[in-house]
Amino acid sequence: MSTEKDAIQVTTIVDRSRLALQDDFLRGAVRFTTERLRGRKAASSEELGNWEAWRERGRQIRSHTIAHLDYYLRQFVDNVQAHGGHVYFAANAEEAAQTIVKIVEKKQAKLAVKSKSMVSEEIHINKHLQERGIEVVETDLGEYIIQLAGEMPSHIIIPAIHKTRSQIKDLFTAAGATNLTTDTKDLTAFARRALRDKFLRADVGMTGCNFAIAESGSVVLFTNEGNGRMVSTLPKTHIVTMGMERILPTFADLEVMANLLPRSATGQKLTTYMSVITGPRRAEEADGPDELHIVILDNGRSSQLGDDEFQEVLHCIRCGACLNVCPVYRHIGGHAYGSVYPGPIGAVLTPLLNQGEAYQDLPYASSLCGACYEACPVKIPLHDMLVALRRRNVEQGRTKWAERMAFQGYRMVFAKAGRYKRVMRLARKAQKPLLRQGYVESTMGPLMGWTESRHAPALAKSSFRERFQSMQQAWRRGEDGGDQV
Amino acid sequence: MKVSLFITCLVDNFFPNVGEAMVRILHHYGVDVDLPESQTCCGQPAFNSGYVKEARAAAKTLLDAFDGADYVVSPSGSCTGMIHHYFPQLFQDHPIDSARARALVDKTFELSQFLVNILNVTDVGARFPHTVTYHPSCHGLRLLGVKDEPLQLLSHVQDLRLVPLTGANDCCGFGGTFAVKMHDISTAMVSEKADRVVESGAEVLVGTDAGCLMNIGGRLRKQGQPVRVMHLAELLWEGMQQGKVVSR
Ligand code: SF4
Repeated sequence: MSTEKDAIQVTTIVDRSRLALQDDFLRGAVRFTTERLRGRKAASSEELGNWEAWRERGRQIRSHTIAHLDYYLRQFVDNVQAHGGHVYFAANAEEAAQTIVKIVEKKQAKLAVKSKSMVSEEIHINKHLQERGIEVVETDLGEYIIQLAGEMPSHIIIPAIHKTRSQIKDLFTAAGATNLTTDTKDLTAFARRALRDKFLRADVGMTGCNFAIAESGSVVLFTNEGNGRMVSTLPKTHIVTMGMERILPTFADLEVMANLLPRSATGQKLTTYMSVITGPRRAEEADGPDELHIVILDNGRSSQLGDDEFQEVLHCIRCGACLNVCPVYRHIGGHAYGSVYPGPIGAVLTPLLNQGEAYQDLPYASSLCGACYEACPVKIPLHDMLVALRRRNVEQGRTKWAERMAFQGYRMVFAKAGRYKRVMRLARKAQKPLLRQGYVESTMGPLMGWTESRHAPALAKSSFRERFQSMQQAWRRGEDGGDQV
Repeated sequence: MKVSLFITCLVDNFFPNVGEAMVRILHHYGVDVDLPESQTCCGQPAFNSGYVKEARAAAKTLLDAFDGADYVVSPSGSCTGMIHHYFPQLFQDHPIDSARARALVDKTFELSQFLVNILNVTDVGARFPHTVTYHPSCHGLRLLGVKDEPLQLLSHVQDLRLVPLTGANDCCGFGGTFAVKMHDISTAMVSEKADRVVESGAEVLVGTDAGCLMNIGGRLRKQGQPVRVMHLAELLWEGMQQGKVVSR
């Protein structure tokens, strides 16, 4: 019998990335868009000026908030309730999904519309609702495309980053569009028409939450298409799903994030729509839902609190900048990670949130180049965390026997210079049959992973330390004035 | 002035010419160079794979080797970065070694940083009449903050034409064990890097880290591309010898 867990274990990041690497469409699309986003981010942060100071301020705000998360969460919840909102805490994805299902069923809802939310992906809410016969429609253009394709988002900001225009045209045509071209105007016009009707008929609107303001109990949404406003105002019931770490203490802190997040995500100075939602519709107001429900998700987050090495992962504001600069993400895209959150943040967050054996191979999908840290608007040291996660795998005995032996060997050889010299001398002799003009070119043998795509240099005839000795001897004899330029 | 070389295991075993060039450049500026024998490796291969004990055993050889040194200079931004960024943490549980580690951080420099910031040299008097492109290695750039130093040195080399490398700051896909463990991804990365080096039109690719150069160079060679791959020290030293011929 095969379980979901087995399925995860049979495909590894290595298998999945191999498939992705064969997909030229995907690689072209991801390269094109991430490069554009990088360029825009560079320009817009330059234009703001003092970017490093902004980043540092961002880090401080997140660090302070997460260090006092219990206090600010309490304050947030009290303020939501004071404004007539309902709050639920969910320990895990299953609980969150069940809570939402209950609310939706109580409203006897047939149709739910959603705006973009990574947390809703994390709890697989669409699947849960659809299983109960409730129609769920994604209204963010990218998410809509992905939903039609029956896929997961492959980027946390640009869910359909891996799709080309003509693939999108085909998906829309299959969904009933006629005479479409690959023109952006045409494509969005179709989505707009298709979605308009859903907004008007929906019983429930579901959103995520970019920031939750403790001092007022407000939920803040950053969107670009205006769909977030429709989702949060037209249906009678509004359900917000948020990770427990989304909190900001005050509106003054929001100002900093409103500068950092859009610039880091898409290079925009400001997001097109910033909605601040405080409680359901009041009696004197024209728009807004009758009920506001906020589901606050833990799902492994609180386990990071108090952990020196990993607490900072909760500082993340989900801007996607680390994906856009990651050379690994650039080549394999998001689906190869196999997780809801891809890229460097995904490679750190996923094994932390999933305490089991699944996804523990993700931290190896990095060359540790540090581009993610450099890009991160709140300075999360993702490259250090990737190493720490690998260390945790070693400590918990997850690594292969052969690898453990190899590093035992490394320790034996490199702990003592005498032994190191002897081993290198032996290796120099042993390599002879493999060499051609000073290189190893053969694609067989232990170096295969390297030599398939690269030649490997030979160990030099004599090591530098041997050569240094003869240089010194020559100097002592007053010869070899090669350095006397 | 006395400098102890932290030669790094890659240069020691694979690229002794880099070490020789480095010594000759330092000598030229009147620096006394020694090579403490007990050093092996900074421990990075083990550390980056999560094997802390194993890494510490190797790293300890550097603490022992450089206790008495005034300055420690290395031809690698990555290995110097390992000392700066991770040694204090690696030895934090041992009061004496952690003090030694911090002392080592304070006196360890990557070659271009040492030349520019300590010796205040930006013009080594070299001539190198070739088209060159420069790959800044990630760890040097981001962990250690080697940004302008190599470029300052290169910009003063006579007749050297520096051409831009598209996506220069993108990783070449080396990443130590990553290159073998995730070799498909690493291959995609190094292929793109090598293509861009070729597109740059440079005759010579120069860098400050033997690992990255071995990676990109190995790819270029496999593809039969006639780009010469050089460490900054090799280029400067070769240029200094040519400069000598011209100035006479
Ligand atoms: S880790 Fe940093 S760069 Fe990556 S998504 Fe989170 S905030 Fe953005």
